[in-house]
Amino acid sequence: MLRITLIRSLTVVPVLFGISVISFLVIRMIPGDVISSIMGQDFGDPAVEAEMRRYFGLDMPVHEQFFTWFGDLLRGDLGTSMRTGQPVLDEILQRLPSTLLLAISALLVAVLLSIPLGILSATRRNGPLDAVARVVSLIGLSVPNFWLGILLVYVFSVSLGWLPSQGASEGGGLLDNVRYLVLPAVTLGASLAAINMRMTRSSMLEVLNQDYVRTARAKGLAERVIMVRHALRNSLIPVVTVLGIELGALLGGTVIVEQVFAWPGLGTMVIRGISQRDYPVVQGTLLFLAFFYVLVNYLVDLVYTYLDPRLRSGH
Amino acid sequence: MVTEVDTVTEVQARRLGRLRTAGALLRQLTRDKVGAVGLSIVLLIAAAAALAPLIAPYDPTAMSNQRLAQPGGTFLLGADEAGRDLLSRALYGARTSLAVSLVVVGCAAAVGVLLGLLAGFYGGFLDAVITPVTDIMFAFPTLLLALAVVAARGPGTENLILALVLVFIPSFARVVRGTAMSVRREPFVESGQAVGLSNARLIVKYVLPNSIAPIAVQFTTSIAYAILIEASLGYLGLGVQPPQPSWGSMLSNGKAFMELSIWPSVVPGLCIMIAVLGFNLLGDTLRDVLDPRLRGRTNR
Repeated sequence: MLRITLIRSLTVVPVLFGISVISFLVIRMIPGDVISSIMGQDFGDPAVEAEMRRYFGLDMPVHEQFFTWFGDLLRGDLGTSMRTGQPVLDEILQRLPSTLLLAISALLVAVLLSIPLGILSATRRNGPLDAVARVVSLIGLSVPNFWLGILLVYVFSVSLGWLPSQGASEGGGLLDNVRYLVLPAVTLGASLAAINMRMTRSSMLEVLNQDYVRTARAKGLAERVIMVRHALRNSLIPVVTVLGIELGALLGGTVIVEQVFAWPGLGTMVIRGISQRDYPVVQGTLLFLAFFYVLVNYLVDLVYTYLDPRLRSGH
Repeated sequence: MVTEVDTVTEVQARRLGRLRTAGALLRQLTRDKVGAVGLSIVLLIAAAAALAPLIAPYDPTAMSNQRLAQPGGTFLLGADEAGRDLLSRALYGARTSLAVSLVVVGCAAAVGVLLGLLAGFYGGFLDAVITPVTDIMFAFPTLLLALAVVAARGPGTENLILALVLVFIPSFARVVRGTAMSVRREPFVESGQAVGLSNARLIVKYVLPNSIAPIAVQFTTSIAYAILIEASLGYLGLGVQPPQPSWGSMLSNGKAFMELSIWPSVVPGLCIMIAVLGFNLLGDTLRDVLDPRLRGRTNR
């Protein structure tokens, strides 16, 4: 197990390095460069521009810029916001809890909706409930989450007035926090619930066809015991993996859902960075989210290897 | 020795032989209820996009004083905050959305297939260079990668297309590399080599035809995904710029006036959902018809 952990850890390093290179290069795709893009027609004084370029190290050759930037990155320095003058990492850490709260709540919504529905759908295969659940999940996969968010706001905030339409609770109690969280979490969790319901259904159907389930039935175990002890436990292994991987993807999805609900997390920070041309903020936050995504995938992979002994022997 | 992979590939090759004509494929697709629904939706959207200038009742950018008009009056689906006809804008939006998605996925497929063929057929150095790069791009969350490129290059149609092409290349390269690697070891490729066919001929004659099925599936599901990402970036104001109508930016405008009228939010959202659903259904059925091995796999 230790050997596998080490090998997997080694494979993650080049991916993280590659992501850093992509993030570095992407910012170099700006037509002209960062300085001319920020200053635009506002200043245009060549002397000031040259001074700025020197200040941000843009007068060095590209490879030197990369090593300087990468060295800073290794020390946890993601640069300084061009607008607020604050270290980007500080701003990220300040907003990270909001984004994590949203992503984890969405995951919870997805689990609570998808696993019971998936099981019901599988055990009542081809029945009316199965048909409804499958159609709903197919629609769930195709609905753009920002549109779902808008519709939920219209129904629950504008028409019924039950829940706030945007923002986050400031210093309110638990209930107040939950009230602000419900709509964004459902919006973000819906498509994951749809994917996961299909996954639970097919995984459960596969397990129900296994020999050991037939044996359990043959020896006269109650259907409930077969479902819970034999089928459910085994069918949840792939489901848990997908959920873990999707937690990473949810962090990406937060960018747009946060924008719909003006949720004060990393997503709104990226979009604000883009509109203000605050490149260190954009680069730092995207890099942070991508790193997080890869690391979560890696951890899920490890947990999965631990759960499923077949993977340990390399089969 | 006949391995499982060999058998499946042969079965697949035989199936492909049967399905060589477009008519036969169409029959297979429409025999499946889900496939028939998917195909109908896709054809409907394509017709709406192609015929928009002929069938749209109004100029999609023409303003009127009937701001936020309800559906049914002068405007069949209502009007937006500037009094523009929502139906006409939705039809022209289909044009934008489909055109961008087709160009993006077409370019990404061309580059990705080439990279996948090179990596999978030649292996060695080419594979060692191409595969890690595509793997890393694959590891980057899709929307974030697209956002990063658009953020750097600035909003607009060309940059949007560039960003999306970059995002979609790795999935094609991956799929084709896998097929190319397995086909390369087939006896018919070896015999082709033995009679002195050049590598380029081997690729065109054997490897590419055997990769068509997974490429077709990837193409269709990628279009669905491209429509969704194009709309997302449009919603964030980073896609196709006004006054050219796009479903994403229509939604973002509509949201601001939601309390006065919900229709400017409902119409474009419904269009996106139906289009994505159509391509997803078609992709799922294509997968079942063309490539039984891929059944049950989830898309990225």
